[in-house]
Amino acid sequence: MSSEHTAQIHHSEGNHWNGASEPFKASYGKLMMWYFLLSDAFTFSAFLIAYGTLRFSMPTWPVPDFVFSGLPGGIHHKPLIFVTIMTFVLIASSVTMVRAVQEGHRENKKGVVFWMVLTILGGLGFLGCQAWEWTTLIGEEKMSITRNPFGTHTENGTYLDGDGHDIKAGDSFKAGQSYLIHYHDGQFHPLKFKTESGDVKTQQMGPKSFGALFFFITGFHGFHVFSGVLFLIIIALNVASGLYARRNNHYEMVEKIGLYWHFVDLVWVFVFLVFYLL
Amino acid sequence: MGHLSYEESKKVVLRGLLILAIVTLLEVFVALIGKGYIINGFHLPIWIMYGAMISMSLYKAYFIVYYFMHMKYEVPGLVKSVLLPTMLLLWAVIAFFTEGRSWHDWRAQKNDRPIASLTGVVNEKESKMETKHGQVEEQKNEQMTKDSTLQTDGNTHDEESTSEETQHH
Repeated sequence: MSSEHTAQIHHSEGNHWNGASEPFKASYGKLMMWYFLLSDAFTFSAFLIAYGTLRFSMPTWPVPDFVFSGLPGGIHHKPLIFVTIMTFVLIASSVTMVRAVQEGHRENKKGVVFWMVLTILGGLGFLGCQAWEWTTLIGEEKMSITRNPFGTHTENGTYLDGDGHDIKAGDSFKAGQSYLIHYHDGQFHPLKFKTESGDVKTQQMGPKSFGALFFFITGFHGFHVFSGVLFLIIIALNVASGLYARRNNHYEMVEKIGLYWHFVDLVWVFVFLVFYLL
Repeated sequence: MGHLSYEESKKVVLRGLLILAIVTLLEVFVALIGKGYIINGFHLPIWIMYGAMISMSLYKAYFIVYYFMHMKYEVPGLVKSVLLPTMLLLWAVIAFFTEGRSWHDWRAQKNDRPIASLTGVVNEKESKMETKHGQVEEQKNEQMTKDSTLQTDGNTHDEESTSEETQHH
């Protein structure tokens, strides 16, 4: 849309070397937003690849459906439901952003503001969900960047004592099942269990790097959402003040922040895949 | 959205919302059914499950970039300059995951070795082995002395050579 518009203005022959020619038929700002997003994609990929590498290097890894199975209000054992809700919130905010850009193309100021406000609310909703998730992990389950109480059994066996939550003495478990070592009265309480071969063992903490990777990668994504919300607020205020209407370029700034916002959604597709699904 | 009318592009948005929501639900469904949460005792082979989830995520990524970010309507030069560099990631994924797998094997190998660690802590597998040989205490003591010699004279002996000596007993 705007690319055609600008191309018509600048497409004068013989002026190719004065910066007037637009081989990509996109404005400087939009093009640079694309290249910024490309570089950001590499940053995120590097983090996710680091996650994969460390996960591959460990004999066991916490099972995500076990780790991420809580819901606000003390509901447990609902694997992946909460994070699916988070994903929907982010998808919905991406959709409202598309609508804002479309209204911008029609030079409909009120429409742009309306859909941008919905997008901002979506972003805040996502951040709220993430805040709850982090609070639970840090506050209740005592995971930190150097400590991971989510371990995984490597052989079948039977518990010798209960944890006062879900596990009772005599409950059996299978290799590959994850467990949480509960923390109360100032310390962790790993359970004793008996393996099929008759050995008595104690639950071990899970791979340390899990906590660091989780907080760092979802935190980096959450920081993108947070800064995105700030930029959305600034740009929505500018839209409301009539600044972009005066520029008369079909609200290109809204389009640029839209690219960024969709990118945040795009990254979440992969964070969701890597951390929660696989 | 220069190539579509306003009404058409509104439809694209609705379609996008539905596609992304349905694909996400499918992904979660595959994860839950594949791991036996929905039908008790039913599991999908891991390669089907992972294959399905990865392809669905790639489809979502394609949809967001092409329709929401309007990559479909950009000129080929711009599309290539943004998308082609990401192919480098294929190398990174292969190289690093192979390396991760090799760390895994290396760790496993290290844990199987019947030796005491340099800190003098005897690991479980080792003590079981010693019991078989019926010389638990002796060997443990000797091992400890060796370890302390290792530490005190800063010898270049590595764990490898210590383990060989242990086996010769």
